[in-house]
Order: sequence, then structure tokens, then C-alpha cells
Amino acid sequence: MRHTEIKRLLSVNVVCIASIILTTLVPSLFLENFSVLGTHLIWLCICSASVGTGNVILYLIFKPNPSMRRNSIAHKVAKFIRCCVYFFVSCILFHGIIVLYGAPLIESILETFLFAVLLSTFTTLHCLCVLGPNFQAWLRVFSKNGAMSIWDNNLQITTMCSVVGAWLGAFPIPLDWDRPWQVWPISCSLGATFGYVAGLLIAPLWIYWNRKQLTYKSR
Amino acid sequence: MRLRSGVFASCCLLVQALGVGLFLRGFFPLPVRSLPRNGAAAEPPPEPPPPGLSSNWTKGPSPLFKKAVIVLIDALRDDFVFGSKGKQFMPYTTQLVERGTSHSFVAEAKPPTVTMPRIKALTTGSIPGFIDVIMNLNSPALLEDNLIWQAKTAGKRIIFYGDDTWVRLFPKHFVEYDGTTSFFVSDYTEVDNNVTRHLDKVLKREDWDLLILHYLGLDHIGHLSGPNSPLIGPKLSEMDGILKKIHTTLLSKEGEVASPCLLVVCGDHGMSETGSHGGSSEGEVHTPLLFISSAFDRRNGLQKPTELVQQTDLAVTLAIGLGLPISRNSVGKLLLPVVQHNTMREKLRYLHMNGFQLSRLLQENMPAYEKDPGFEQFKVAEKSHGSWMKLYLEGNTSEVLLNFGKKVLKQYLEALKTLSSSLSQQVAQYDLYSMVVGTVIVLEVLLLFLISISKALSARAEFEVPLSPPLCSLLFYLLCLTLCAIHVVVCTSTGSLSYFCSISWLSAVGVIMLVSGLLCVLLSALEKRFLNPKLLVKNPAASTSSWSELDVLILAGTIGHVTSLGASSFIEEEHQTWYFLINTLCLALCQDICRHYFLAKEHDLQLPSTAQMSPAEVRGTSSHPMKDVELLQDDLKKTRFPLSESAGGSEKWMALATPWVILICCRLLRSLNQTGVQWAHRPDFGHWLTSSEHKAELSLLASVSLVLIFILVQRKCSLVSKIAMALGLLGVYSYRAAIGNVVFPWQQDSKDISKGITEARFVYVFVLGIVFTGTKDLLKSQVLSTDSKVKFIGLWEIYSGLVLLAALLLRPHNLPVLVFCLLIQAMMTKFVWKPLEFDAAQVTIMHYWFGQAFFFFQGNSNGIASVDIAAGFVGFDHYVEIPAVLLTGFATYSGPLLWALHLLCYLSSDVNRNPAAMGHGCFCYALLHSIPVAAYIILVTGLRYHLFIWSVFSPKLLYEGVHVFISTAVCMFFTAMDQNHSRKGPV
Repeated sequence: MRHTEIKRLLSVNVVCIASIILTTLVPSLFLENFSVLGTHLIWLCICSASVGTGNVILYLIFKPNPSMRRNSIAHKVAKFIRCCVYFFVSCILFHGIIVLYGAPLIESILETFLFAVLLSTFTTLHCLCVLGPNFQAWLRVFSKNGAMSIWDNNLQITTMCSVVGAWLGAFPIPLDWDRPWQVWPISCSLGATFGYVAGLLIAPLWIYWNRKQLTYKSR
Repeated sequence: MRLRSGVFASCCLLVQALGVGLFLRGFFPLPVRSLPRNGAAAEPPPEPPPPGLSSNWTKGPSPLFKKAVIVLIDALRDDFVFGSKGKQFMPYTTQLVERGTSHSFVAEAKPPTVTMPRIKALTTGSIPGFIDVIMNLNSPALLEDNLIWQAKTAGKRIIFYGDDTWVRLFPKHFVEYDGTTSFFVSDYTEVDNNVTRHLDKVLKREDWDLLILHYLGLDHIGHLSGPNSPLIGPKLSEMDGILKKIHTTLLSKEGEVASPCLLVVCGDHGMSETGSHGGSSEGEVHTPLLFISSAFDRRNGLQKPTELVQQTDLAVTLAIGLGLPISRNSVGKLLLPVVQHNTMREKLRYLHMNGFQLSRLLQENMPAYEKDPGFEQFKVAEKSHGSWMKLYLEGNTSEVLLNFGKKVLKQYLEALKTLSSSLSQQVAQYDLYSMVVGTVIVLEVLLLFLISISKALSARAEFEVPLSPPLCSLLFYLLCLTLCAIHVVVCTSTGSLSYFCSISWLSAVGVIMLVSGLLCVLLSALEKRFLNPKLLVKNPAASTSSWSELDVLILAGTIGHVTSLGASSFIEEEHQTWYFLINTLCLALCQDICRHYFLAKEHDLQLPSTAQMSPAEVRGTSSHPMKDVELLQDDLKKTRFPLSESAGGSEKWMALATPWVILICCRLLRSLNQTGVQWAHRPDFGHWLTSSEHKAELSLLASVSLVLIFILVQRKCSLVSKIAMALGLLGVYSYRAAIGNVVFPWQQDSKDISKGITEARFVYVFVLGIVFTGTKDLLKSQVLSTDSKVKFIGLWEIYSGLVLLAALLLRPHNLPVLVFCLLIQAMMTKFVWKPLEFDAAQVTIMHYWFGQAFFFFQGNSNGIASVDIAAGFVGFDHYVEIPAVLLTGFATYSGPLLWALHLLCYLSSDVNRNPAAMGHGCFCYALLHSIPVAAYIILVTGLRYHLFIWSVFSPKLLYEGVHVFISTAVCMFFTAMDQNHSRKGPV
């Protein structure tokens, strides 16, 4: 049971990583002059979109937290709308935090917002897929000792890694190397992406490593 | 000997300050300096007398040029004239350079490539050493011997138009002047038109001898859009037109009189590829230097590569050209091509004068000057000059005389070159021995700090300093003897000019004993720490248990900041590091608060046995004692919980909002003052507010800020100081109105601007009054009552007095910084630190971080230029040294100082909960200052031949050094307060 669960998790994560790698390679076949650094905004859009859709599809297939409650159409629609609202609010929130961190308020607002969307995709969308629009559950997962399945652990690790990656990505900006990737927000979004990928890789390994200590209790 | 951690920390910091002082003295050599100019100009040296005869030319040589025009174009890079841009946009100048009667050079400027030191170098011929820039921050007038002063003393009439730095450097030197300010960088046309508009009139007149023009427009364009901007071309063409106008007018005048005129074109510094300057990249350092005069031979198309000379050579060349005595501190050498058309006798005379002046400067600066090769060469040349004179006076005019003259000339040039370079080197020579001694002291203290962390931060807050056994040990005496022997060897061997060798014998031995004593104490403390197994078992359980995310962040932030000091860009942009760190700190606090208010409920619901692993624990070890501790903490939380529940909902929501409010405050402050280097040119609120169109907005902002300051400060003051505070703040506003920063609503168009001395002194009276009341309360609390409340009020009054002083001294648009500082402190205290019960160490570190961030919020940077010297003159008619230095220091470091004092207030109010809080706070504060300074000193020693050492690393070193001195004082104050408390305790 446990091993099959971890294998499922690993396969989901590998698909996610593959989708990110594809976003850097495939568009150059269709678009002229495409490169991650040169046309960074396009890449940001493509990457957010593909990771987002990938995540949604994967979690619809695997259903890590199957809900036992009623599944009427109206309920599903309401849930979907709530998800969208949550996602949008998180984009705005991330945008606000990035501006508070010192991003320019008005100039390059599009770059900042797309970076916020990317971060939301890596963190909020992932949460929405696993936990649904349930704020209490989020609080539970992100508090100490709150994880109730390996999916929750995976969520914790990837979210933290992407945020920390974005945080670390800001450090090269003041250096005077004059490299193309030092331009706002490239280093941060690359940092977030690398963090996310690292999180996806680390999570199954870490869970596998600690499988003895992990004893989940359902409420 | 058993010491409380506060006392221990202050002692250590005091020793460290000594070490830092020694290091700084070794790192910044005193500039090459002759005596200040004295009343009468020294007579020029006579020609070297030929043996047996006496020269018939004893008076100073007559001027070569009747009039001189110096056109200084700010930030004129050498390729703007000699490169492709010059060919394209400066056709007239290019033609002059290639075929005209001119001599062109590339002059090398020494860093710091900033206008003021460069003007000094051009006029005095000396190299303003780094420390010189600091020493002269306070005195705006140039007191050294210089060309302008010599010209004025010689009765020359000087006219100046351009950058008002000159007017400040040479007050009352010019018969006519018009200073333009270089404040509005975005203006690059008006600033030059203000110079050019006088030109037609002045060139027609005959009543001047020296005309100096300083054009700023090019520099402004560089700052705005860099050296490749499309604006550069038209500006260069404009300059070319001006040069053409001046040159043709001068030529037309020359027809009337015999003596020729001289036109000098130069730049003070260049610009880097981004358009800034201050550093030492090639573009910043290389500037063109053009001498144009009809006296020179016409060039015949033969294109020689332009010769590289020093910027300091201009002063001596001009002095000779204008027939003035050479400035005493000049290290420059005569540019021979400029006097090429003179006779051999004159040329030799000039070179002799130059060499005589240089060797006298060498005598004054170097005890062993006779051994210097330059001096020896000069003596030889002087002797052969004497024999040449003999031949000459005997009437010999053959080929022999000419060849012999050429030989003497060559000898002189060699001697000048060696003399000049050995004088210039003295500016850039490190006193390595003092540096090493200083570093050793600093490192020993740091290690002592690190070893004592766990003991000093324990509940007892005491540290056992093993003093008597190591001081009686053999090792100590052996070390002392060895070090003394090394000292003697080092000081006698190379004849080096180490400062540490020149101090008195007794104090040197004292320092040596200190070094070896510290080492012995360190060793025995280490031994005690690691060879005692009981301590080792006890410690980990106590230390690893409390590693929350906040602690990890604090540790990572401290280490990260220290490592970032190794990169010059991170030093230039250090404010970014601090802003980033305090933002992250606020978010971490937000998480902590959420956990405190929301998850306590969850803990209540959950059974205690559901202790599971979470990512936060990944960092720690998952041993059993830890889980126990965690359970204990959970229990504690539960017992605490009802308290926070009863406090009510509003407090909870305020607490949740606090980090976000602080984040918004910080974001606003960040856009108030752009600092650093890369983004310093970005528009910010500060410049917008200080520009003259927005006086009304600034007035409104200042008055609102002052009211807010009063509201925030008065809460905890006694009635008397409340009234004093209110009056003092009114005084601050009227001071601002008097000096013309702000306006009163009822006097819209009053023009009379004074220095506001009365108003400022009025405020000083209240500052002193409030501080005095505070001190009185403190003394009272110490002598009479045992209530810590009185002491807290006393401390708070001292704090509010300093807030008032800061309100007076800070730049007018920086009052909001003070408001936000007070606001953040109040919110943090009320909603975060007190309810969440952070321990003293954490609170101290947060205070330190905010203090550092506020240092930059108030517009400081790690460059020298951002120090506000005007603060030293507030309330004084003229420059008075000690108050000026103290006030400037306070104004610069007001952010960190106010936060440190607030820490003291907070901890003294917290003392009931945790009696050791003061000691912990003091220890942490000392440790936090000690780590970066020790790391930085080692770094700077390693990087002392780095390209940016003078432009980036040295200013930061000075800032760090001063900060250590200030924090030592603060730490002593801490300890004094702590002392009172503990003395009171047993009673």
C-alpha cells in the first residue's frame, strides 16, 4: 500500500517535471525567436498554463483526497468557481508581497504579475488540486504536524521549495555582472522553477527515506 | 572572575574597538602633507649656484602666459575628445589637437573619482587621500596651499563660473563668480547656459587674468543615460562651440599685446560604462588634458599617441606658466612640452624649482628621505645644473653646452619622476603591522564571544572568565616575551613607518600584554568548555529545542549578510540586503502570529499524543528529548491560551495586521530615498519633495509628521517633558521655516532666509532639558525607589529627547522616517513582542536588523557622498569642531541609535518577566556588531589590492569602524543601566 502510494506520487511528480522541461523546448518549434531569457514573458505564460493544466489533469485522474460527500453538478460548479476566486486572490496577494519586497509599483507591472501567477501556479494551484478550496485544511497542512497523507507532505515540500527558490532567486539581482538573466523577474522566476522542480524530486525521496516515522492519522 | 554577560560584553566590545582603531590607523595612512600655507609665499629657490660664481637670476621667473582660461568639463572622458566621438562632435577641438598649436595629454585621475577631491587635486597638485576626504568633510574651505590662493596672493584677478563647489572651496578668492548647483541631475541645459551666458561679456573685458569655467551638463547626462546616450553628441558639439569661441577671442586679443594666452581644457573625472563615477575603472579615471596657446609650435600633422600623465601635474604646470610659486603639497611634475619653446636656462630653472619643491615635501614626510633614490638623483642633477650654469655664464654657446643641457634636463626628469612616484606611493601604502595587530585583537574578542554564547545567554546570564590561572601561567609570559621580541625586530629592521612602532614603548607593551592575555584566556575558556563532559551533555538539549523558523531565519540572515560583504556590489547595495531581510522577518513574524492565534485552538482539540513529523523539524534531530520539550511547549501554549482569548478580538486582528502595516511602511520608506549605486539615479519621493515647486507639500508632510511624532512619543513621558517635547517640535518646524525648507501658511512669499540659529538653539535647550529630566529620573530610581517604572520613564525621556534632536537634524523630507520608526516600534512592542513573549535575544536581533534598515531608509549609503554634513552646522554660526562631529555622527547613525535605545527601553520594561533580559540583550547587541566587523576586517585585508578598494570597500570600512565605536558607547550605557538594576536586586 505504502510503496504503491509512493510510486504513484513519484510518477505524478515526474510528469510535472517533464511538463516544465517541455515548456522550454516545445514552443521554439512553433514560435520564432523563442528563448526562456529573451522572450521571458511568453515563457512565463506558457509555463504557468502548462503546469496548471498538467496539475489539474493529474489530480483529476489520481484523486489523492477523494471526498465522500455529495457530488451534484451545482456543488461542483460552486467548488470550481471558488477555486478560481482563490487562485485569483492568491495571485493578487503574491503580487502585493512582491511589490512590498521592492518590485517597482507601476513600471514592469506585467512582469511582476506574471511572476505572481507563476508562483501561484506552483503553490496555490497545487494546494487547490490536493485540498480543494478549504481554508481550514490549508491551515492544518501548513501547521506543525498537520500532514495526513504523503500527498500533504509532498505539498508542503514543493510549496516551501518554490517559495524559497523564488526568495533565493532575488539575490543575484544587485550584482553588477550585467547578465541577461539578472533582469527582473527572470532570476526570481527561474529560482522559483528550479525550487519547484527540486521540491518535486526531493519530496518522494524524503518520504521514502522517512517512511518508517511517518504515521498518518485520519481525523 | 565571574562577570555578568552585560559587563563581559561591554569589556569585550571596548577591547574590540581598540583593535578596530588600530586597524583603521594602519589601513588609512595619513596623507602626504606639508605644513599648512603660512602668511607669505615662500621665495622660489635660486638657481643652483655654479661653483665659485653667483647667479644673476635670483628672482622668480616671469609668467609665460598673460591670461589663462581653464575650461573644466565635468565627466569628460578621454575618448570624448580623442576618440571617434571627438572626431564626430568636436571638429574644432580635434583639428586643434591634430594640427593646431596645442599639447594634448591623457590625465589619470586617482580614485575617488568624485568632483570635490578632483578639484582639490587639480588646484593643489596633491592626491587627496581617502581619509583626507573624510577629514575635510567638515571644513568646506580649502586651507591647503593651492594654485588659486597663490594666484590671488600674487594679485591676479580670477573670475569663476560653474559648479558652486569651487565657490565653497575658495571663498573670497574670485573677483566675480556665479555658482551653479549640481543638485538637479535631470537638468543638463540650464546648468550650462548659466555658465555660458556670462562668456561674451567677460571675454570682451580686459580686467581679469584667470578665468575658470566648470561645465556640469555632460556629467548630468552621464548620470541620466550613460556615455552612449544620444544626448552626449549635442552636448559635446555645444562644448566645442564654446571652446572655439574662447579660442578665437583669445587669438584676436593676442594681436594687441605681446604675451600669449593659454587655454586649458580638462575633465575632472570620466564616466563608467553606466555613466556613473567614483570608482577606478578605466573610463572613470582617464580624462583629456589640452593646453592650447599660440606660443606653442604648430603641429605638423604628425600624430603622436597622447602621453599618459597624472592629473596632479596640471597644478605645477599652471603655476610655472603663470609665474606663481608651486603649491607646497603638490606631488605633480612639470609637463615639459608646455615650456618647450623657452630657452634651455629657463627650462632647467623650472625643473629645478619643481624638484626643489618635491624634495622639500619628501623631507617633511619621510624621516629617511636622504636614502630615497629620487632625492639622490635630484642632488646629482642639481650639481650638474650648477656646472652647466658655470659654462653658460662663462659665455660658452657651443654645441657642448646644448648637449650638456639636454643631459641635465634628462637627469632632472628622471629625478622628478622618481620623487613624484615615491610621494604618491606613500598615500597608498598600507601599514601592515598595525593592521595585523588590530586584526588579531578583533579576532580574539570574536572567538571569546562565540565561546561564551551558551553561558552568557543562560538564565543566570553570567560568564566565568578564567582570569587568574592563565595570567599566572608560563605560556602568558612566554607569549609576551616572544611578541615583544617580534615587535623589536619588526620595528628596527626595515625602518618601516608603522604607526604601532611609533607609539610609546609602554603602550606598545600594554597592547602586547593584552593580545597574549586574551589568547591565554581564550585557550583556557576553550579547555573548560570542551574538556568538561558534563556541560556538553547538558547543552544540546537546551540549545536545539527552540529552533523555530524565526531562529533559522535570524541565523541565516546574519550569516548571509556577513558573507555578502565579500562582493563589492552587495556592499554598494547593502540596503537591498537589509530591506530583503526585514521583509522576510515580517513575513516570518506574520506566520508566528497566525500560529499563535489560530493554531493554538487546533492544539487544544488535538490529543497531545499526535506529535508527528513536520517539515519544520527536518532541520533538527528527531531524538526523544526533543519531543518531550515540544510537548512541554504545547502545554505551555495551552496555559497561555486563555489569556490571549480574554484579550479580545480586536487585539488579535491588530496583531495580525501589524506585519502587513510594517511591510507597507517599509515599502513607502524605500521609495522615499533611493540609495546605493545602481539605482540611485531613479526618481524618488525625497527629491520630489525637496524641489522648490513642492514646498507646500513638504510643509504639510513635515507638520503632519511632527504632530505624529508628538503623539507617538508623549504616551510614556511625564507631564513636564510632554510640554517640553511639544515646544521643541514647534521649534523644529520654525527652524525649518527659518532656513526656508518649509513655509508657514500665513507667510506665503517671505524671502528672508536666515541660518535659523536662534530657533535651533531653542530646540537644543529643550533636548537638553528632556535628557536632563530623564537622567534625573534614572538617578532617582537608582538611589531611592525600587520601582522599575521610574527607571523606564527616565529611559523613555532620554529616548524622546534624542528623537527630538533627530527631528531637528535629519534632512527635511526625512521626518516621515522618524514617524515610521516610532510607529513600527510602538506596534511591534504592543502587538508582537509583548504578547508573543519573544525572548531578549530575538528581540535584540530584530532591533538590530531594523536599525540597520533605518540607517539606509534615512538616505545613507555605503559611500561617503551621502553623509549630510549640514547637520553639523545646525545652530552654529561657524564651524566648531567637536559639536559638528558629534551632531553629524548622530544624524548619520540616528536610525541604529534610536533602535538601540528603544531596545534598552523595551528590555528595562521587560525586566520583571525575565531578570536576565538586559544582560542577554547587551550581549547579543555586542555580538551582532562584532561578527560583521571582524569578518569585514579580514576581508578587506585580503582584498587590499582590489580594484574597488578605495571606491567601495574603504568607505564601508569607515562606516563599520564608526559603528563599532558608537555601539561600544551604547553597550556601556546598557551595562550602566543593568548595573543599577542588579545593585537594587539584593536590597
